[in-house]
Amino acid sequence: MKRRKLDMASVPGKAAVGVDERFQVSTPLRKLLNKVFPDHWSFLLGEIALFSFVVLLLTGVFLTFFYEPAMTEVVYNGSYAPLRGTPMSAAYASSLDLSFDVRGGLIMRQMHHWAALLFMAAIVVHMLRVFFTGAFRKPRETNWIIGSLLFWVGFLAGFTGYSLPDDGLSGTGLRIASGIMLSIPVIGSWVTSSIFGGEFPGDIIISRFFIAHVLLIPGLLVALISAHLGLVFKQKHTQWPGPGRTNENVVGERMFPRYALKQGGFFMVVFGVIALMGGLFQINPIWYFGPYEAWVVSAASQPDWYVMFLDGSTRLMPAWEINIPIGDGYVIPPLFWPTVVLPGILVGLSTLYPFVEARRLKDYRSHNLLQRPRDVPERTAIGAMAVAFYIVLTLSGGNDVIADKFQISLNAMTWAGRIGLLVVPPLAYYVTYRICLGLQQHDREVLAHGVETGIIRRLPDGRFEEVHQPLAAGGHDGHGELEYVGWVVPKKMNRLGALGPAIRGFFYPIEKPAEAPVSPGHPPVESRPERKEIGSGSSPR
Amino acid sequence: MTSDNDRRRGLLARLRGERPAARSRGRRRLGAAVRLIAALTLAGGAYTVFAPGVQAQENPPLTGAAAEGKALFDVSCVTCHGRNAQGVEGRGPSLIGVGAASVEFQVSSGRMPMARQEAQAMRKPPVFNDEQVRQLARYVQELGGGPQVPEGDLREGANLATGGELFRINCSQCHAFGGGGGALSSGKYAPSLRPASDRQIYAAMLSGPQNMPVFGDNQITPDQKADIIAYIQDTLKHDQDQGGFNLGRYGPSTEGLAIFLIGIVALVFASLWIAGKS
Repeated sequence: MKRRKLDMASVPGKAAVGVDERFQVSTPLRKLLNKVFPDHWSFLLGEIALFSFVVLLLTGVFLTFFYEPAMTEVVYNGSYAPLRGTPMSAAYASSLDLSFDVRGGLIMRQMHHWAALLFMAAIVVHMLRVFFTGAFRKPRETNWIIGSLLFWVGFLAGFTGYSLPDDGLSGTGLRIASGIMLSIPVIGSWVTSSIFGGEFPGDIIISRFFIAHVLLIPGLLVALISAHLGLVFKQKHTQWPGPGRTNENVVGERMFPRYALKQGGFFMVVFGVIALMGGLFQINPIWYFGPYEAWVVSAASQPDWYVMFLDGSTRLMPAWEINIPIGDGYVIPPLFWPTVVLPGILVGLSTLYPFVEARRLKDYRSHNLLQRPRDVPERTAIGAMAVAFYIVLTLSGGNDVIADKFQISLNAMTWAGRIGLLVVPPLAYYVTYRICLGLQQHDREVLAHGVETGIIRRLPDGRFEEVHQPLAAGGHDGHGELEYVGWVVPKKMNRLGALGPAIRGFFYPIEKPAEAPVSPGHPPVESRPERKEIGSGSSPR
Repeated sequence: MTSDNDRRRGLLARLRGERPAARSRGRRRLGAAVRLIAALTLAGGAYTVFAPGVQAQENPPLTGAAAEGKALFDVSCVTCHGRNAQGVEGRGPSLIGVGAASVEFQVSSGRMPMARQEAQAMRKPPVFNDEQVRQLARYVQELGGGPQVPEGDLREGANLATGGELFRINCSQCHAFGGGGGALSSGKYAPSLRPASDRQIYAAMLSGPQNMPVFGDNQITPDQKADIIAYIQDTLKHDQDQGGFNLGRYGPSTEGLAIFLIGIVALVFASLWIAGKS
């Protein structure tokens, strides 16, 4: 019997046919795999958040294998000597065990925490990209709202996770959270006692936060992320304007293989950066904070960075207490304004912004092309103002650390924050607006007069002028007639190919730099002729 | 002269028992003056007898070390703390009764002599060596007494876990969980504990320098002080940091900075790199 030879090359094709015959997936898959994504580095920022979320799920599952969400009191007897014999909650004891006695537990904990910080940071950076390029405009307003909600849900995920180890720092954070809830007029005390199961701290909050942190909030996050990505698929990704790109098409790379491979590689990079940070940098050393006791509050007790703006607004708020003489007297504490009202306003402003802008510009068309920030100076300036506001608040949230390490009076820091909160954002608005106008003007100037060559010419009457390379032929007086199309205007000769291309390559040049052009007026320099030894004239033997 | 003669005659006359039938008004007056002068002489004599004793209280004989200390004091400290360490209004407090512990802390950590008047004296390279610090401390101790740092090992028999608990309750509010220090109001601050020696920590607890409260022996017993010192020195200072570089142990502030400066920057470069590959 003749043995049939296996043709390895035909195996994938045959297998694919087999799958398609059974499931009829080739038509929808072809559509999916051929889907085109525009390629630009700034479109990868949202992926950082997505991939760190994947890392969060992976490391988080590992942590749940060892963490015990209970507030029952135990006496620690693990391997960290300076806490041995200390009474503490089971949650804190198991967090310590995770750090010191579970193999690989500490790096998992640290990766989880760094990934959480990165998740929030990437969300914010991605959101800024979307804002400044106008990607939130019709038809993508819904996705903008989902993205804003993702920030706030991530905020809750971060806060509940921060509270779970039940160490001194997280307990202090919980105490502040309970104070914030209590400050809400009328319903405050009911909200607090229903969440904490009575008076703070109670004995139920850790188990409640645990189930919120590992089930409810991640579920919500997964749902919102799916909706977010689904809408990107449905509405297609925005793209920068450029040659061949219109409001009706998408120019880029197919999903498979290039885009998928790139994304796979980028996931590895994100994973690698998180793993490196988890291994190299200590984060949240709970063993120094000790178990939570109401009377233990350390200096430099800060929340994670994305909550710090609320800490800052609380520190800057003057002690304005409102007393309402009803019955025995009713008090609205000053804490209510910076921690409940302010975030409420911020949520409202950020979610409604696309509609406000469309209404103001009376622009109700669909936009699939992005705008350069300089072309919409008003929006860019508003964004800069918001960023300045947020940064002043965040810095004020850490103002005691800044005051201490830079030897500034803490009172001066507080007043600088109060004044800065009112002065810096308008200043940022003005400066950004002027910078945008200046950049716009320079673009128009280059389009009209050409690129500066760096060659200075002296005219017969003694004047000097710089030679400009026009970008287009024709026009009077060497002036081109070029329209600005909303994309980068070449401003250097090597962008025009006149001086040879810029050297390509990330760390090392991947091609030889172009030879410098030789002026025809001078012959190329020849190397020195070899000198001969002057001898007696006798011929060498 | 005349009155002297009168007095002498009168006295003799009385001793002789010659009593005039009726003393003239002039003689009565003379007698009163004599008695007054006698009383004054007596009091003056008594004063001259006791006066050296009073002087001795103002300038007690100093022991050798204290005398050396006084010499140092009169050169380096007297400008602000005044003669005999009685203090100068608006410049420096009186040191009577602050004790050797306070001097040892302030001088051995270089805080005293102060460079200038400001919110708080800061740690500097010390001006005096250990021997001179001991002499100054001895001098101030002999001036008015006060708390002293005991000799010997200050961490003997210490319990780290108790020390940690006491540290978190009593010290971490200002010096922070990692002992790195923290800000107080109006430019004052709690310094970092990293450069502090055992004796300096003990002295600080005893004397409550600058803005620090006093933790006397009836608030924190010497045994508990030993626990705290051991926790600071053995755990906070000599602990190898589990989990990598500690980012200065400033808590979430520097962690937030790190995620942007390292994480986001690295990944933005990665995205520039990946997007550029086409």
